[in-house]
Amino acid sequence: MLSIHNIVKQYAGHTALNDVSLEVKSGQIFGLLGPNGAGKTSLIRIITQITAPDSGEVFFNGEKLNPSHIERIGYLPEERGLYKKMEIGEQMIYLARLKGLSRDEATKRLKVWFEKLGMQTWWKMKIEELSKGMQQKAQFVATVLHEPDLIILDEPFSGFDPVNAETIKDEILELNKKGATILFSTHRMESVEELCDSIALIHKSKKILDGTVKDIRNSYRNATFTIDYTGEHIVFDGTQPFEVIEETAGEDKDYTLKIKIGGSNSSNDVLQYLIPKVRITMLQEVIPSMNEIFIENVNKIA
Amino acid sequence: MNKILLIIQREYLTRVRKKAFIIMTLLVPALFAGMYAIIAAVAGSKDSTMHVISVIDNSGAFKGKFHDEQFVKYQYPGVSVSAAKKQLSSDDNLVLAIPADLKDSVQLFAKKKTTLGLADNIQSQMNDIAMGAGLVKIGIDTAQLHKIKSNIVIKSSEITAAGEKSTSMGANYALSFAGAVLIYMSIFIYGAQVMRGVIEEKTSRIIEVIVSSVKPFQLMLGKIIGVGLVGLTQFILWIALSAGITYLVGHDASSVKSPVYTFVHNLGANAGYELGCFIFYWVTGFLFYSALFAAVGSAVDSETETQQFMFPITLPLLFTYILSVSYLFMVPDSPLAVWLSMIPLSAPVAMMVRIPFNVPVWQLAISMTVMIAGFIFTTYIASRIYRVGILMYGKKASYKELVKWFFYKE
Repeated sequence: MLSIHNIVKQYAGHTALNDVSLEVKSGQIFGLLGPNGAGKTSLIRIITQITAPDSGEVFFNGEKLNPSHIERIGYLPEERGLYKKMEIGEQMIYLARLKGLSRDEATKRLKVWFEKLGMQTWWKMKIEELSKGMQQKAQFVATVLHEPDLIILDEPFSGFDPVNAETIKDEILELNKKGATILFSTHRMESVEELCDSIALIHKSKKILDGTVKDIRNSYRNATFTIDYTGEHIVFDGTQPFEVIEETAGEDKDYTLKIKIGGSNSSNDVLQYLIPKVRITMLQEVIPSMNEIFIENVNKIA
Repeated sequence: MNKILLIIQREYLTRVRKKAFIIMTLLVPALFAGMYAIIAAVAGSKDSTMHVISVIDNSGAFKGKFHDEQFVKYQYPGVSVSAAKKQLSSDDNLVLAIPADLKDSVQLFAKKKTTLGLADNIQSQMNDIAMGAGLVKIGIDTAQLHKIKSNIVIKSSEITAAGEKSTSMGANYALSFAGAVLIYMSIFIYGAQVMRGVIEEKTSRIIEVIVSSVKPFQLMLGKIIGVGLVGLTQFILWIALSAGITYLVGHDASSVKSPVYTFVHNLGANAGYELGCFIFYWVTGFLFYSALFAAVGSAVDSETETQQFMFPITLPLLFTYILSVSYLFMVPDSPLAVWLSMIPLSAPVAMMVRIPFNVPVWQLAISMTVMIAGFIFTTYIASRIYRVGILMYGKKASYKELVKWFFYKE
């Protein structure tokens, strides 16, 4: 869907993107992660053809990115904004027509969306008369009204209350199911784990990590487990097939262990060692969250 | 191209639908009508004094041919001009000196300034008489007829202790003035609208949505053209409504020939040429300046920050304007006036001052060519600054910064 090869973008005095390459597959929900100022917005602006890279190439469905692709991309910028004094219906139609829709088609689709999101009464209202959340909702509709193949959302959930954030999340998933590829940037790691198939982490103008969420999390597995048991407190003498990282005592002879399994041992060896001594209530592998991976990677190159 | 049309349409419609636009469009002709009513009232009351005009006719063509009106009586004393002037008894009496050769100017002497209405009355009567005489003399040869007609110009002089002083009357001066003032004001009004529109898009952050659909240059051009069309619409409505009011009022009180009516009447033959030039200089001047205004708008985060950039843009225009209305209109062919009308920064105002006074065609051609080249040049410069500026936030723009933006690659 989207291939980004060796993009370099420099602004006077600093490099915004340094040799960044990405691959977004068709039908994916792709998360573009990175701390503030990492270069996410610069990259998005290159994909949306607001700016051009100094070097490197972007391919859209195998074709070199060109103005004909504009109509197939929907973009929700991080800094939301609409014409304050313009009526909302008229404004949405205007924005859709700039993306190549006819007036009739835009009106028809807009009516469907307004009904879906409970916005029917807003048609004649001016943007400045709407609350911030309502404006955001309207802008989301404007982004997807022309049914783009690629939807780019910069921090889509910021500014929404939990109810509306959920609505928007559902809409994003539905659009994805209908075939749209979605690229979004965010700081909210829980939404990454929930939504994204793949991610790329950009930090200090460079891509430092990318891949599917599953692969990345698996690659950060380090044979760490948590175990809950009930019974007499075990005193470890060093002969056990694992290393104890943390021990906490709960109520009434309940204990929790955090362990790291070393060498060729497996979780089965751990169980075999423990079962004769106590009753195991839980064993779970600790897979680092995206949040932990994010922080770890960013701090590495601080 | 299609997208530029869409942008033009939006910029135009949102502005034309605004209450402020409708009010302005109606208010100006209403003020015009009010002014007209006051002038008519003043002129009317003045006309109730009796004027006796001594006609000293050296050409012999006009003797006994003037017809008296309610407050204007003509007499033919048959003395010399200087004698007639000495004989002027009342302040309200006048001497009309007609030279033997009509190519020389006809003069009107009085102890007070003559009213435009009175002068026009005499002028139109003379035109009628001359036309009649001409028709008799040469048959219906329209070219000749036109020549006779256009040769008669009244030069009104005031008799003061220091001698005779020409008093400015004539529609030319008024036209020259009006052209300069209108161009100057409207470039500011509509140029500022372009600038405000750019700032609005930048501060409301819709700019990023728009430029992900169209090129910044298309947006800038669409905005400039849209606002320009709003300006043209307003002018056309003003002219149409004002002309309508003038016609209606002038029609009702046809007995009182008002100065405004005279003014409009005098434009007559040259109106097309003058209006054409006005529109040309308004359009090119607007395009020239509004591109710069758009660049300024893109460089700032709010209107209060525009001052430092506005000053150098507005200075040449202000300078030309002040010079035009205070000095240039008296010497429209002076080297200064000619040069100013060739420089695109000052040409729209300076040339409008000169237009009523027969500008040589080659000068007009150079000036117009320079204007077109000028606005293409400013649009190019502005678009390079604009494309970078609209996406820059929180950075205090300096001139150095603007130069840097200009040289940015895409």
